[in-house]
Amino acid sequence: MSLDKDQVQHIAVLARLHLADDEFAETVQKLSRIVDFVDQLVAAPTDDVVPMAHPVNQAQRLRPDRVSEPNDREHLQQNAAETSDGLYLVPKVIE
Amino acid sequence: MTALHLQTLTELKAGLEKGDFTSVELTTALLERIGSLGPDLNAFISVLGDNALAQAAAADAARAAGNAGVLCGLPIVHKDIFCMRDVLTTCGSRMLENFVAPYDATVVERLAEAGAVVLGKANMDEFAMGSSNETSYFGPVHNPWDHARSPGGSSGGSAAAVAARLSPAATATDTGGSIRQPAALTNTVGFKPTYGRVSRYGMIAFASSLDQAGIITRSAEDAALLLGVMSGFDERDSTSVDVPVPDYLAGLGGSLNGLRVGIVRQHFDAGLDEQCAAAVKAALAELEAAGATLTEVDLPNLDYCVPTYYVVAPAECSSNLSRFDGVRFGYRASEPKDLNDLYCRSRGEGFGAEVKRRIMTGTYVLSAGYYDAYYLKAQKVRQLITDDFQRAFESVDVIAGPTTPTPAFKLGDKTDDPITMYLNDIYTIGANLAGLPAMSTPCGMVDDLPVGLHLVGPHWAEGRLLQIAHQYQQLTDWHKQAPEAYT
Repeated sequence: MSLDKDQVQHIAVLARLHLADDEFAETVQKLSRIVDFVDQLVAAPTDDVVPMAHPVNQAQRLRPDRVSEPNDREHLQQNAAETSDGLYLVPKVIE
Repeated sequence: MTALHLQTLTELKAGLEKGDFTSVELTTALLERIGSLGPDLNAFISVLGDNALAQAAAADAARAAGNAGVLCGLPIVHKDIFCMRDVLTTCGSRMLENFVAPYDATVVERLAEAGAVVLGKANMDEFAMGSSNETSYFGPVHNPWDHARSPGGSSGGSAAAVAARLSPAATATDTGGSIRQPAALTNTVGFKPTYGRVSRYGMIAFASSLDQAGIITRSAEDAALLLGVMSGFDERDSTSVDVPVPDYLAGLGGSLNGLRVGIVRQHFDAGLDEQCAAAVKAALAELEAAGATLTEVDLPNLDYCVPTYYVVAPAECSSNLSRFDGVRFGYRASEPKDLNDLYCRSRGEGFGAEVKRRIMTGTYVLSAGYYDAYYLKAQKVRQLITDDFQRAFESVDVIAGPTTPTPAFKLGDKTDDPITMYLNDIYTIGANLAGLPAMSTPCGMVDDLPVGLHLVGPHWAEGRLLQIAHQYQQLTDWHKQAPEAYT
């Protein structure tokens, strides 16, 4: 199934991706090609097949709920674009 | 004495132990080689000269004090997907161009504890999404066998560095073939363990149910040495599996007599280059002559591997890469007009075209109204593919075939159509979908370009695969061939 411009625009909004105009046209074309390609899965005989949950059938491991990591905030925040008093700064959300 | 850069890890280990040379001498020699030959290949994103020499000096001191670890003083390269504390870790992306990792990946930590010296961080496809290294923000890597050709991807920098004798070994990761395909295209040995065998902690995530860390080396013996150190349970990776790690080196002996090798007929269909097919068939005949029996096995859902992968992997990628929002780490767009604009432009400007395509594909297959038709359907087909392998392994010990459909292709040849590029991983993707261990070992040459033999085993059969490859490497010397400019 090919995708139209409106669909691709909607996906870009969901994915929080800004696409430049020239990039957008190419994305419509290549994404359609990919969707057409994966559409061949429709023919696979999957009645009564349980979807795979884990490649080696492991259950999710649990651990005691206790603090295991040291507080390393200053070090971790060195990679942030903008911080203040230990907080991450973003454009104003509430007027 | 053989020049240091031409020696395997195992040979270098023996030389260090005998005191023929020091780790500082070895590290200096390889750093000089990286300095003179590295730039043309573009195999490195960072060269860690001072860091490496300090590690080498520490290794020499540890050895003098009688505290040598298993890999004491041996140089390696890390794919730039592994976090290394206080070192630039880019994942091949503009998004992480300035990211300095605040902690070590478990793989980095274990290799460091064993005494390994890290020469640098290897170039790679952006976020490991690519089969040619052309999606790297830092430019493509060139194949040491022919600079006009791709070394494969996504671990193209790791493979090129090992093939060009700039490093005896390099870490790598494999989500759909990213260790084995570049190994095949550069005449190196590439090993992807069972899902859960090696910790993914600190390895920047692409598709979490498929990603697995592994290694690129020049021999099966070297791969066994490194995997023994890298493998094993890690509580910091929730998908790490607690299965004992055998002594891989001790298991390399033993003959191939009685080995049951499965051959998949579809692997030799029209898609495979004829000369590659001939090289792979010659390798199979070599195994047969050594006492193995060849049996045809059927993988009825094989044709669904690539489309299944291109639903599951992008779905997981779109989820994993949602963490890159321009707030806590990574690229941030300038002068955002509001929070949403900050998110959208940071991601739009920070990610390259292929990564954005995969995020878009993944978002689509997970979106309301399409989830059942695509993602759920693909997870069902994935179960069918896994069942096919399990059925096959009831009658054979290993499945052998080609690693790639053709030898190394020219840079730029497959960049126009994503599907053409995706189909390069047609033989390797099945092992990721089913979580199986798999490897590629050199098995021939076509017009001076290497060809790889692909081996896939049942879960946890790493030792068996290494033994088969090691025995094959005792009978042949394909793995010893080096590109002429790099001997």
